[in-house]
Amino acid sequence: MRHTIQVLVENKFGVLSRVSGLFSGRGYNIESISVGPTLDNQISQMTIVTSGDDQIIEQINKQLNKLIDVIKVTDFTEFEHVEREMALIKVSPKSEHRAEALRIVDIFRAVIVDSSPKTYTIQVTGDGKKIQAIVDLLKPLGIKEIVRTGKVAISREGKTAG
Amino acid sequence: MKLSGAEILIECLRKEGVKHVFGYPGGVVLNIFDVIYGQKDVELILTRHEQGATHAADGYARATGKPGVVLVTSGPGATNIVTGLATAYMDSIPMVAITGQVPTSLIGNDAFQEADIVGITRPCTKYNFLVKDVADLAKTIKEAFFIATTGRPGPVLIDIPKDVTVSKTEFHYPATVDIRSYKPTVKGHMYQIKQAAAAIAKAKRPVIVAGGGVITSGAADELKELAEATKVPVTLTMMGLGGFPGNHKLCLGMLGMHGTYYANMAVHNADLLVAIGMRFDDRVTGKVEGFAPHAKIVHIDIDPTSIRKNVRVDVPIVGDVKNVLKDLNKVIKEETQESWGAIRKAWLSQVEDWKAEHPMAYEQDDVIKPQFVVEKIWEITKGDAIIATEVGQNQMWAAQFFKFIKPRTWISSGGLGTMGYGFPAAIGAQLAYPDRLVFDVAGDGSIQMNIQELATAVLNNLPVKVAILNNCYLGMVRQWQELFFDKRYSSTCLVGTPDFVKVAEAYGAVGLRASKPSEVEPVIREAIKVRKPVFMDFVCDQTEKVYPMVPAGAAINEMLLRPKDEKPAKKRLKAVK
Repeated sequence: MRHTIQVLVENKFGVLSRVSGLFSGRGYNIESISVGPTLDNQISQMTIVTSGDDQIIEQINKQLNKLIDVIKVTDFTEFEHVEREMALIKVSPKSEHRAEALRIVDIFRAVIVDSSPKTYTIQVTGDGKKIQAIVDLLKPLGIKEIVRTGKVAISREGKTAG
Repeated sequence: MKLSGAEILIECLRKEGVKHVFGYPGGVVLNIFDVIYGQKDVELILTRHEQGATHAADGYARATGKPGVVLVTSGPGATNIVTGLATAYMDSIPMVAITGQVPTSLIGNDAFQEADIVGITRPCTKYNFLVKDVADLAKTIKEAFFIATTGRPGPVLIDIPKDVTVSKTEFHYPATVDIRSYKPTVKGHMYQIKQAAAAIAKAKRPVIVAGGGVITSGAADELKELAEATKVPVTLTMMGLGGFPGNHKLCLGMLGMHGTYYANMAVHNADLLVAIGMRFDDRVTGKVEGFAPHAKIVHIDIDPTSIRKNVRVDVPIVGDVKNVLKDLNKVIKEETQESWGAIRKAWLSQVEDWKAEHPMAYEQDDVIKPQFVVEKIWEITKGDAIIATEVGQNQMWAAQFFKFIKPRTWISSGGLGTMGYGFPAAIGAQLAYPDRLVFDVAGDGSIQMNIQELATAVLNNLPVKVAILNNCYLGMVRQWQELFFDKRYSSTCLVGTPDFVKVAEAYGAVGLRASKPSEVEPVIREAIKVRKPVFMDFVCDQTEKVYPMVPAGAAINEMLLRPKDEKPAKKRLKAVK
């Protein structure tokens, strides 16, 4: 089963490699990982999407907690939470398809953040399914390049484990 | 007053009460070695290889419980300690390794003798640091010792660039450490402890499986109290040897791949396992699906990741073994009223039957049996010795036939299984206890992996007694080839092994040889008598195997026992003269 795990870590060099090394060294899978600052500039926040059976997920949680630089581990799968991902998609539709591209952007409430005579760069935000859906629709028009951030997640107010 | 980084380092070691550092000099640590030269509190033991330094520090730590300290240079000096760190990491041994690094301005430059040792050792240390600013040095060292020695102990590495050893700053050694993200749980949960007590009272066929955690937390007395009070037989993992007296009526010896028949049968038939400070290593469990199929499992360990990693656990208790056992003993004393003798009678008599059915045995004929050598050492020393081992058959025979009475008398590489570990580790133990008898039970293969440390032993007057069980083979691998690879002895025959007596003499140590069983005892007695390092070359039966043996992939009750008709070796070994 897929799990979204939030990890608060000390903001030091080498911490990302400790976390990723833990996964690779024990043969666990990372589907996506995103890292960013928090309000406290000494703490960074990681959102890791991984999958495995209950025993593996329990080990991942424990092993993460065991890392000296890890302050807190929260498995969001157990709580109500909101997940978002962003993608930047550069499409190069033939001229007859440029309008269709704009329509798709509209439907998905995406925005065009850059355009050139031959390309549009589209910014879209949503959960994984939404991103996949827009990618599927844009594909026939010609996707030149795609960049995805990986998931970030936040607990819904009043529904955290504390 | 301002001190240089090198001076701060030595000052910190002094504050930590470090008397001995094992090390080897080199370019970027010259400043540190220069500071060591001018003082007397911290003595540097120069080994002949950096790997030897780490194993010696490891042996020192296992014998004393204090962290072993290593100091080596950058690049090859640092990479040479990786095996020693991995050995200590697998066995949870406290160690602080200090490596020199190229100057900060050159880091990442592929400079001369540069290696990314922090990157290399990340998976085989508990934690590691690169100190880029001399102002952070003292605090870093304090944290390193704290992390290495608390919780589940382990090796910590500090990488110090050359310029940091030279720069100066005000020296201030913090009195305390507080790392917000590192707070090991040392006190067990009372509810869980009561569950464990109830399980012990209810069990019909309980077994205690005790591991290295008992040694680490100094809980041998508490373990004995628990076993004796509730009359539960105790089996030990290899790392746990010495945690419960080997000659105790309730002791079943070691379990697992080369465990005793009775320990493995007891565990297999148990309805309750009380696992204490152990981690269900694959050498202990055999096939996991077939491991203790009828047992409820209580698991006490300080490391939460050890719990439910390999086997299912019914009552997990995270905490320091000593604390948990104290609480458990108290609960049992106050809250259970079982007449333990009566409820255990049938089970203990079943265990006795297993003991009688297949005791640990071998037959000594006209060729020296390696087990005979180990037993003689036990008899002559009356068990009052520190025994280090190498890895392989020698290690298993030492574990099976030497009855360890006290903690910290058994020094052996368990998790990593590092050949070449025993001799330097014995040197470290001997340095810690100059007046105790320290043996290294070795094979002719393993001893050659760090034989250069003879110089360290001789120069520092460390009278380690090395008992080489010489069978001219890498015996354990040979045993597998004989049993499972159709006797195709690929690369296991050690032709070209030197004359160990002459090697010892060349280094200024003493060399002795026993070629017949009758010579074994005199050789051991002579070795003990001389106050010098000794190599004892025991010319042993080449074909002797370690039994019982649980083949790979089998459950631990499916042991290969010594065949009744097994003939002793026909081909006699020619002693190297």
